[in-house]
Amino acid sequence: MVRLKNHPILDFPTGREVVFTFNGKDIKGIEGEPIAAALHAAGVRVLRHSPTLGRARGFFCAIGTCSSCLMTVDGVPNVRVCTEPLKQGMIVETQKGHGHLPIE
Amino acid sequence: MRETDIAVIGAGPAGLAAALACGESGATTLLVDFMDAPGGQLIKQTHKFFGSERQFAGTRGIQIPDIIMDQLSKMPNVALMWGTNASGYYADSGVLTLEDGARFIKAKAKRVIIATGAAEKPLAFENNDLPGVYGAGAVQTLMNVHGVKPGDRVLMVGSGNIGLIVSYQLIQAHVEVVALVEAAGRIGGYLVHAAKLRRAGVPILTSHTVVRALGEETVRAAVVAEVDQSWQVKPGSEREVACDVICLAVGLTPLVDMMWQAGCEMKYVPALGGHVPVRDENMRASNPAVYVAGDAGGVEEASSAMISGEIAGISAARSLGFEVKEADARLAQLKADLAAIRSGPTGEKICAGIKCATVCGGEW
Ligand code: FES
Repeated sequence: MVRLKNHPILDFPTGREVVFTFNGKDIKGIEGEPIAAALHAAGVRVLRHSPTLGRARGFFCAIGTCSSCLMTVDGVPNVRVCTEPLKQGMIVETQKGHGHLPIE
Repeated sequence: MRETDIAVIGAGPAGLAAALACGESGATTLLVDFMDAPGGQLIKQTHKFFGSERQFAGTRGIQIPDIIMDQLSKMPNVALMWGTNASGYYADSGVLTLEDGARFIKAKAKRVIIATGAAEKPLAFENNDLPGVYGAGAVQTLMNVHGVKPGDRVLMVGSGNIGLIVSYQLIQAHVEVVALVEAAGRIGGYLVHAAKLRRAGVPILTSHTVVRALGEETVRAAVVAEVDQSWQVKPGSEREVACDVICLAVGLTPLVDMMWQAGCEMKYVPALGGHVPVRDENMRASNPAVYVAGDAGGVEEASSAMISGEIAGISAARSLGFEVKEADARLAQLKADLAAIRSGPTGEKICAGIKCATVCGGEW
């Protein structure tokens, strides 16, 4: 997948480039864009595996209403990455099953 | 516990308009949205609005949140909470539970205006959970807001205006639209939009549906087939279409979870997108503490959402004894504006739906 350039109508906001990790691998994205957009631009479409059958899941609504896109971000499970803004140094992981809350 | 006269859930067009009306009345108002900024789906609406000046005609959708926020931020009786999920409503006590990522907050509200909007409808077919099966709104958000190409070859499902327009937007973004399938016998949206697709060489397959998606972890193809008049797949008509995105533009459905929680009387109204609360003409639900506004009460568009939001806001404030200047005249004007918006050909269906969802006689 790629980022759109030279769109006939739209200009896209260009933010600061940041680096985050996806399953341990460094990926570049734009600060403040949803994590899912950065992943998609990098060709990542599988965001988690379902709890019972382990089926691959990507995003579906991209506006935070369907919960298809839950991932583990900085150790916190069930983050809706379609709306969660990307920050420098974030640790993003595909989630298997329900995930566990890090409770001290 | 936090207390407020009125809580407004959702800061899209309906919630913003509702909060503004509540704020003007002097009622303490709490406006909550799970996103980090207000506006809801207005942030995707780059076009100028039609209609009357009262509903921002001539203004681009993306500019409206700022205009309303400018007024709200000057009202000391209005509190704003972004990045906050309204996770529950306890109808017996009027307590809302809110969660802002770090804290769990309880808020007691005398009235709640539910303006939670709508969600993309899925479509039932084999493997419809594969990554690459995306809602049309998602494709639009990814492409038009974030500038990321949703895929290389898209199969569009649904020929309503959304399906047609998003297909054309994909082509503008240099994405191939391999075909558009529509289960009905004819195109649902405006023919001007369909004509653009035809000129771009996109096959429009009416009386066709998707039977299954193919692929291991992501979509690599779709199997489409012809359907007969009773929507049954014609045997032997199945064929494979290579694509990496199956884009579903089969409509939206109101987000009504909180209204079920509130014990509101609900009704299934297909013309409005699914289950909706039964309401009176002032948007009050069967639970007298609850009002509904915008798409949560029936899927329409942003202008009507702002109007129903304002109606709900004025009515909720009035029900608590707050004075709203020229309330009766404003309500009458708003209802006339709504009727005008719903007067077009698509409005007929909406009007029938609204009638079906409105309590008998228009009053509880
Ligand atoms: S894709 Fe629907 S919540 Fe993220």
